[in-house]
Amino acid sequence: MSEILLQATAVAKHFGGIKALRDVSLAIGRGEIYGLIGPNGAGKTTFFNCLTGLYVPDGGGFTFAGAPLLADAPHRAAARGIARTFQNIRLFANMTALENVMVGRHVRTRAGVFGAILQNAATRAEEAAIRQKAIDLLHYVRIEDRADDLAKNLSYGDQRRLEIARALASEPQLLCLDEPAAGMNATETEGLRDLIDGIRRDGTTILLIEHDVKLVMGLCDRVAVLDYGALVIEDVPAVVQKDQRVIEAYLGA
Amino acid sequence: MDIFLQQIINGLVQGSIYALVALGYTMVYGIMGLINFAHGEVVMIGTLVTISVVGLLVKLGVPLALAGVAGLLAAVAVCMALGWSLERIAYRPLRNAPRLTPLITAIGMSIILQNLAMMIWGRNYLTFPKLLPQVDFEFAGANFTAVQVIIVLVSALTMGGLLLLVYRTKLGMAMRATSQNLQVASLMGVNINRVIAAAFVIGSALGALAGVMVGTYYEIAHYQMGFMLGLKAFTAAVLGGIGNLAGAMLGGILLGLIEALGAGYIGDLTGGFLGSHYQDIFAFVVLIVVLMFKPSGLFGEKTGDRA
Amino acid sequence: MKKALSAPNLIIFGVLMFAFVVLQLGLFPGNYPMKLTILYLLALCALFGLGMSFRQHLAGKLLIAAVLVVLPFVSATAGQAWVRILDFAILYAFLALGLNIVVGLAGLLDLGYVAFYAVGAYTWALLASPHFGLHLPFWVILPTGALVACCFGVLLGSPTLKLRGDYLAIVTLGFGEIVRIFMNNLNAPINITNGPQGITLIDPVAIGGFKFSGATQIFGYTLSGPQKYYFLLLVLAILVVIINQRLQNSRIGRAWQAIREDEVAAKAVGINTRNLKLLAFAMGASFGGMAGGVFAAMQGFVSPESFSLNESIMILAMVVLGGMGHIPGVILGAVLLSILPEVLRYGVGPLQTQLFGKMLVDPESLRLLVFGLALVLVMRFKPAGLWPSPERQRELVEGRTEVKP
Repeated sequence: MSEILLQATAVAKHFGGIKALRDVSLAIGRGEIYGLIGPNGAGKTTFFNCLTGLYVPDGGGFTFAGAPLLADAPHRAAARGIARTFQNIRLFANMTALENVMVGRHVRTRAGVFGAILQNAATRAEEAAIRQKAIDLLHYVRIEDRADDLAKNLSYGDQRRLEIARALASEPQLLCLDEPAAGMNATETEGLRDLIDGIRRDGTTILLIEHDVKLVMGLCDRVAVLDYGALVIEDVPAVVQKDQRVIEAYLGA
Repeated sequence: MDIFLQQIINGLVQGSIYALVALGYTMVYGIMGLINFAHGEVVMIGTLVTISVVGLLVKLGVPLALAGVAGLLAAVAVCMALGWSLERIAYRPLRNAPRLTPLITAIGMSIILQNLAMMIWGRNYLTFPKLLPQVDFEFAGANFTAVQVIIVLVSALTMGGLLLLVYRTKLGMAMRATSQNLQVASLMGVNINRVIAAAFVIGSALGALAGVMVGTYYEIAHYQMGFMLGLKAFTAAVLGGIGNLAGAMLGGILLGLIEALGAGYIGDLTGGFLGSHYQDIFAFVVLIVVLMFKPSGLFGEKTGDRA
Repeated sequence: MKKALSAPNLIIFGVLMFAFVVLQLGLFPGNYPMKLTILYLLALCALFGLGMSFRQHLAGKLLIAAVLVVLPFVSATAGQAWVRILDFAILYAFLALGLNIVVGLAGLLDLGYVAFYAVGAYTWALLASPHFGLHLPFWVILPTGALVACCFGVLLGSPTLKLRGDYLAIVTLGFGEIVRIFMNNLNAPINITNGPQGITLIDPVAIGGFKFSGATQIFGYTLSGPQKYYFLLLVLAILVVIINQRLQNSRIGRAWQAIREDEVAAKAVGINTRNLKLLAFAMGASFGGMAGGVFAAMQGFVSPESFSLNESIMILAMVVLGGMGHIPGVILGAVLLSILPEVLRYGVGPLQTQLFGKMLVDPESLRLLVFGLALVLVMRFKPAGLWPSPERQRELVEGRTEVKP
């Protein structure tokens, strides 16, 4: 493993009496595709929410790109270079696909109210750049022909792709994908695998939560398994697949 | 001490009325997420119907007590019918409309009801018949009347009955299920239309009762009386945590107490700078302060960000 | 060219004008100059509708501009009262567009918008009337009013904007009431607002030596006070339209719409939702404050009565009825809802006498009844408003069930 991009140290989160995360520690290297798997309710999404600032952890914390990640506001996580998608797709339904990606540029652009009202040269240039970048990203995820359709009118697979494009618009160092293959058919999953692989090759580290074990094992460099909020194992797919505890967790011992 | 006790009693009475009206708001909101702005007008119509029915019966020689009961029953019946029609005619067609659409409809219905009432009952203040004999009590230096005692008792009994209905009957279970998740409840075989209609009808019946209480207490009624009363009651529902029955009851009582105590003491508290004509401010100031610290009201469920 | 827009456009204006004619004929039977006015107005509206249907082209814009310039002169032939009604229609359009930023773009339900209007009006009244003996010039007071209203917006917004939709609605409503109650009572112990009597003798708008009240001779034509205000308001309203439009298609506007659509997702893409909501609130409040200032100057008189909750509800109704988030729709809503009650005021009574020979129902309450009925019916048959944005129109065709959170 090369340089560590994200280090989670003893992250804990509980809801009332339920311990959703029990001191989870793991490290993701720059340039990796890192898989996070586990049965339903194992705490994968909770981990995501802590990482992206939607939840404040009750213990532990994250170090990202060498500096601690303050778990106070989600918008800061995005500014630091962490982008995410959601398990149950969350697009801006009544905005067009293009606008969705343009919103994704928010943290990397500056224009304010006065710029918008006065339409000065800098604002116009920035706006044009936002639009161009968004169009490029739609091409990148291959849904450029749906640019002017409302997000909610896109097919399921295209919505997944749009959400990834929106996340990529913030030029993240770490892209967190929450079950991107859920509900996809075999062809769509294959396309998604290529897309994720391509994103990694273009230099973005990926954290992947996924139920499709085949996809995870085929795609990821390393895999961590969560069960009842605790980390069971963190290793290369070949080792994880053979681990007795993982097999038990999945089969429900 | 006697002022304090006096204001507590006044607050309890006013609060019981708020609570009854607040229940109508909270039931409808809990089930379908709609602020039924016209609910205050339903209460107003309850009061005015009672005046007409009692007046007519007394003129026909019916004893006052009997006429009073008939008036109350008539008010409840009329309001239930009104609540049912409101839902059926105005709101049901809008179930799938954008969120603000039914709100504007509710505002429109409120304007319509107010002006219909004005056409029927006129612009002037009407005297509410004295249904109960004037009996005064004294307790620890505070005065209170039989009317006040009865208002508090009847409210308490009615609210108890409502809780029984909601937690002990099949209809109540259907209502609770629907307020948790309308779609799922419908999939589980709950007749959504019936549940929503029931919420409107029950809420309106409580409103009618509250209307009669307001009339008995203040002995006066007017076609615009529903507006402020509705506003305060809605505030009470939000204060308690909208959608929550117990919250509406406690919110109502609390609001009544706060207003009464506030009005009694504001002069002293501000060194005479603010007088009791600021009474109406309390409801809103308390509301804002409470929501700042408890964004879902005092007893509301916490709805966090779900990702 | 958006062809779909032209038809509803023309129909709406046609229906409005039909109602106008029917009611007016009821009011002025056998009054021929009056009928001529109506005929002209009808033609103007049709031209306006035509202009709107190809407003992307220069010719359409010119046509619209021509209609707007001629309108106050044609209306004046029926009496200056009708010019004043036009003035108020534009003022309400101004207000509704301000509220549209808050409700339509950012999706924050504000039921106390009139508070900011009131703050603006009182700021003007206090800085330009004999009440404190201050008479500051126009270009000082207008921004001051906007700024003060803006501060009130931030003051209200900062503690409350984390509230969910309907909780925010009731808090803003409460805030509106608080402001009104203070205006009503701040005449003692120190007389600031002069209580329920309100403040009188407020200076009119004056730019340089040019006063907007009273008549002026220009090029041999007498321009009345209301007509001058019409043009002032028109300029301000056009500015607000441009600002609205530019904001809507900007980085900030997109962020607002993202918050409206899905706040959690908006946070996740890096939008500081709290600050942006506050910004929307402050912007809306500033516009409200500005409108309030012009209102005070135009009326020469303010009192708490003008700023009741009903007024807030009315402005919200304009936004929703017209077509939330869609600028032409919001303007349409404002114009219709401000003119309709006036038309009814002048029409309902006389029409009754004509039809039945006597007054059957109190005209004032019949007027409001019809108004309420109009709200209910429009929402029943056009749930997204009379003129929603094309996207929203599509949404309704497809039918969408809203799931409660």
